[in-house]
Amino acid sequence: MATLLEVVDLATYYATPGATIRAVDGVSFTLAEGEVLGIVGESGCGKSTLGRTVLRLVEPTGGSIRFLGEDITKLDRRAMVRRRRNMQVVFQDPFGSLNPRHRVGEIVVEPLEVHGIGDARSRAARVSELLVLVGLPPDAAGRYPHEFSGGQRQRIAIARALVLEPKLLIADEPVSALDVSIQSQIINLLAELRVRLGLAMLFISHDLSVIRHVSDRIAVMYLGRIVEIASTAEIFDRPTHPYTQALLSAVPHTDPARRRERILLSGEMPDPAKPPSGCAFHTRCRHAMPRCSNERPALAQRPIEGGSREVACYLY
Amino acid sequence: MAEAPLLAVESLSVAMGVTPVLEDVSFRIAPGETLGLVGESGCGKSVTALSIMRLLPNPPGRIIGGRILFDGTDMLSLDIGALRAIRGDRIGMIFQEPMTSLNPVYTIGDQIGESLIFHRGMNGRTARSETAKLLDLVGIPAARNQLDRYPHELSGGQRQRVMIAIALACRPRLLIADEPTTALDVTVQAQILDLIGRLRHELGMAVLLITHDLGVVAEFCDRVAVMYAGRIVEEAPAAQLFKQPRHRYTEALLHTMPAANPPGRKLPSISGTVPAPADRGEGCIFAPRCGFAIPRCANELPPLTEPPHRLRCWNPA
Repeated sequence: MATLLEVVDLATYYATPGATIRAVDGVSFTLAEGEVLGIVGESGCGKSTLGRTVLRLVEPTGGSIRFLGEDITKLDRRAMVRRRRNMQVVFQDPFGSLNPRHRVGEIVVEPLEVHGIGDARSRAARVSELLVLVGLPPDAAGRYPHEFSGGQRQRIAIARALVLEPKLLIADEPVSALDVSIQSQIINLLAELRVRLGLAMLFISHDLSVIRHVSDRIAVMYLGRIVEIASTAEIFDRPTHPYTQALLSAVPHTDPARRRERILLSGEMPDPAKPPSGCAFHTRCRHAMPRCSNERPALAQRPIEGGSREVACYLY
Repeated sequence: MAEAPLLAVESLSVAMGVTPVLEDVSFRIAPGETLGLVGESGCGKSVTALSIMRLLPNPPGRIIGGRILFDGTDMLSLDIGALRAIRGDRIGMIFQEPMTSLNPVYTIGDQIGESLIFHRGMNGRTARSETAKLLDLVGIPAARNQLDRYPHELSGGQRQRVMIAIALACRPRLLIADEPTTALDVTVQAQILDLIGRLRHELGMAVLLITHDLGVVAEFCDRVAVMYAGRIVEEAPAAQLFKQPRHRYTEALLHTMPAANPPGRKLPSISGTVPAPADRGEGCIFAPRCGFAIPRCANELPPLTEPPHRLRCWNPA
């Protein structure tokens, strides 16, 4: 598959009084057309900032973002707006991301108007098509967001994101606010749309079970950096970074066969304004060596037993 | 259950205004036992917890029927003074949002010490040294230096540890934990559950754990009660319930979880949504969404069967 997105050494810093927060600090990855890359990590790891930076909803501090071969960090505002026709986003909160004063039809048609696509009739037809595609009743267009449940509102947000037929969808915790029984409906919908539309996705979530279900590959983030990236099967069958191992072991399961020996980490994620020296995880790592507190391990292909893995750890 | 229950909730019914939100809820917790109360948003699990503590905002909340016996005492007959003597002493509570449950203008030392002074009649100095021990117990290191800090200076996980310290200050016999780890990251959740589990053994305390997370319940609880739309629909020992769910709702809920399915495969889903309290109808409340409903289900409410595997279903798995 051709490369759709290539992110190289991307950095996003936030200046706060007295400190610079390195929310994203040197992240590199590629995403092929039609591929789903899961970005997983705990609060403050920078996964949401990463998603927003790729869309330039937040401006990068450094690095490059090549989308379809073009470095979009160099584009001016108007060119960037045109580019976003191919890059869309769905957020966690289906309550906050829909304008309560607009009817669903107006919400879904807006991207077509912004990009000057079609006339009133073809737009209306396209909106109906999208509402059916995401599983909403045909009369939804004339109703307001508050008339819908959380799951249905997320369907509206997905319809709006897909109306322009983007090649890339950034899904930032799209099912986290939903109940279990509704989650599965939205996960199924995204999986189905992905196949039907050949959509590539950056699927950002803290929920490892959801990430595992939807992703082809997974990148694990800790304090602004990717610590390990590999295929979904590789990550779950054989996590190599000590943080990945601890993260997977912490997930409670209903099926006793799925439980891993729990690795309890001490403390919590350090303040991103004051990241530890060397490997940012060394303060909580049970394998930390003297070198880990002085030098930062690069994310690189490293030999592991029976193969290699892209991991940022001196154990390998 | 041979042993006398520590907590017995009997046919509890609660209304918000004129709308019933909790109907005929019964369960028991033995001393030292952990019961998980699970269900999706709006099923009534938090209302149950608040009712036990008599903390349900009234109006609009009203207990319209049933009994709540704690250690033989009828909680519904107590006056405010007697209630206060039990809350925070023999029953401890922790909630989901430690930031909103802690008072931002008092130090954490004051907030933990408060219940020792109130319930145990300690003086300020004794309370302070006891508080330092409690912080140590819940894993906040260098406890003495921490006593004078304010809630906003702590991380989410540390605040939840402070809440646990407050709840455990008087060594309660029952801890009611309402979504205690929902706002926390998964590695911090593991730490907090490990902590509550260890303290439970050390203090011989019973726990009522309320959560939407089936994995948490499966790993933490002895028994589990599943709630749907204001009623308990199934209750059984945890291992049995997760291995062999019998109520069609429990079964469907477990099947829809991504973790229960091979990656990439279409997930089973439950059609429709939970009915609003006003539209709950005559029969089994789950019948309209149930793939196994028989004619009887729509008209007749199934009764809850007897322990050890209690069930409210006409056509179980």
